[in-house]
Amino acid sequence: MYDILLPIKFFLRRRITIVAILAVALCVFTVVVVMTVMNGLVTDFADKNHAFFSDCIVSTDSLVGFGLYEEFIAHLEECDFVASAAPVISTFGLVESESSGKNAALDLMGINIAPHIRTTDFADTLYYRKSMPALAFKPLYDVSLPGCVVGIDLLIERQKSGQYRQMSYLPAWSYLVTCFPLTPKGALAKTGTALAANSGTFYYSDNSNSGLAKIDSAVVYLPFDSLQTLCGMDVGAKRTSAIFIKFKDGFDIDICTDKVSRLWQDFIGQRSDFTLAGLFGTVRVEDWKTYRRQTIAPMEKEQTMLVLLFALVGLITVFIIFVIFYMIISRKSRDIGVLKSLGVSKSGIVRVFLRLAFLIGICGAAVGILFALVFLANINRLEGWLFDNFGFQMWDREIYAIGEIPSRAKPFLLTTVAGCAVAACLLGALLPTLGAAGRKCIDVLRVNQL
Amino acid sequence: MGQTHLEVLKGVNFGVVRGEFVAVRGASGSGKSTLLHILGALDTPDKGEVFFEGQTIADFSGRKINEFRNKKIGFVFQFYHLLDELTVLENVLLAKMAGGSAAGWLANSKSAKSFACQLLGELGLSQRVSHRPFELSGGERQRVAIARALMNRPDVILADEPTGNLDSATGNGILSVFEKLHSAGQTIVMVSHDEKIAARAQRVIRLADGKILVA
Repeated sequence: MYDILLPIKFFLRRRITIVAILAVALCVFTVVVVMTVMNGLVTDFADKNHAFFSDCIVSTDSLVGFGLYEEFIAHLEECDFVASAAPVISTFGLVESESSGKNAALDLMGINIAPHIRTTDFADTLYYRKSMPALAFKPLYDVSLPGCVVGIDLLIERQKSGQYRQMSYLPAWSYLVTCFPLTPKGALAKTGTALAANSGTFYYSDNSNSGLAKIDSAVVYLPFDSLQTLCGMDVGAKRTSAIFIKFKDGFDIDICTDKVSRLWQDFIGQRSDFTLAGLFGTVRVEDWKTYRRQTIAPMEKEQTMLVLLFALVGLITVFIIFVIFYMIISRKSRDIGVLKSLGVSKSGIVRVFLRLAFLIGICGAAVGILFALVFLANINRLEGWLFDNFGFQMWDREIYAIGEIPSRAKPFLLTTVAGCAVAACLLGALLPTLGAAGRKCIDVLRVNQL
Repeated sequence: MGQTHLEVLKGVNFGVVRGEFVAVRGASGSGKSTLLHILGALDTPDKGEVFFEGQTIADFSGRKINEFRNKKIGFVFQFYHLLDELTVLENVLLAKMAGGSAAGWLANSKSAKSFACQLLGELGLSQRVSHRPFELSGGERQRVAIARALMNRPDVILADEPTGNLDSATGNGILSVFEKLHSAGQTIVMVSHDEKIAARAQRVIRLADGKILVA
């Protein structure tokens, strides 16, 4: 019973335990806040990529594309794990604004609107046609005109608040889109001796805000058939650059991607006599994470580095607790001698101080987590206050495509950090405790009687 | 002492009979505290043996030594050595808690508290049970230490200069307590450098330079 009474009494009545609790609380607070924000940003970024590209992508980097995509999509849609699939053309072209005369080389994405909005969250990125995404390519002012959807950052400047000032009406802007078609063999098509160039006029029908800065600042979306013709991917056999695939709920993405991969191998194996079968060799089947690894990986690497850095913070906590416990036990050496003279064993002494360390760890973690949750609940308000009064913003919204700073701490993170805090305290207290328990009772009492 | 080898006791032979009140007197550095610590199994002699009820303490296992210190011996130190974070009652009960399990304590806590209160009452500390050591006088603290030493009804009380830190009046009060315990049959071995205090015991052993002069 002494090994329960004494840790509690030491915990409640020694002022130095407050120092230990504050040290643990500060470390826990820092880790929880930073990990929540970082994890939130990485998760947010990954989620946006997932929403844009769906679960699985069959694609080629070749600008020539690959054929028989409609047949393969039909095969996919027969599978019990596939919810929908949509073809996508990715190419580039010159886009000239007919009203301002400005031009730029931009990425062009050709999408079949109906299957595309079933397969991805494209509908959520729209503004004017948000409630009727199937009409995304039909301008409000004249639905007979061929429309185009433009990446929001190409048209509207992002404000410091992170918001875009959308126009209440849809302006009748038109764009001349010019592509340089390639032959199925990958050569630039020619008209006689001159390079072929296909142009078409499209009318601004909506803008897309996917939350992915590189896409919103560089992509113009066109109707799939129109872009297919412009870039010559309807010559020879109809081709596409990619197929986006959405799996049904409850199906594992990795397992289903494997299935799609095998399905693709079987498909092309049975069509080796196809005229453009040579293009199949460039096609990959990947899940969305692998497909976007070059973009997501740097952020995940930053996250890993943060975890390592915080492991160092944990180590520092261990040392702080070690020093504090060294001090506590030095001051308690007389009491340890008395306990031993009363017949308390070495293990009993160890239990007393390790339980004290446990109490400090639990209390420090609780205090740290409480302050972290309060801070996180107010982090955006705090940033707003700092911006309004000092012009300071942690992430300049004109540069970073972030909305609010993530502020929801996950229970798993809180539990892990609390557990590590307690473990750090136990580890830090262990050596001084073992040292104290191993000392001869009389040496301690003799020193304290001098 | 520490790393330095120092011969403190040189061929000490003596015995204590049950019910005796023995005082060990000697000048500072004569080895009287070392002798007491060896008797109480707080220290081990380089040579020689300590017998308790026919058994050699050196043969005791670690567990048995702890049991011996808890149940057979009651130590009273010169500087009381009470735990500041505990109340008077908790300090006395510590002796009981140290020797048992949590389950044992839960089963016997009521009777233990009752006995502790009885001891404190007999020592004139009934009004102080919920006070902490820093709120007591030196004499009161020493009486708490005596109560703690008596909690497990030990066979022997070992008192190391119990009045060394007290004024003469308070010291006399403590000695009266020992005399009372002795007359009730308690075996006491007390160490003191003071001739007058030692003379209050039933038998006086004189130590000088680690040797017994008078037993």
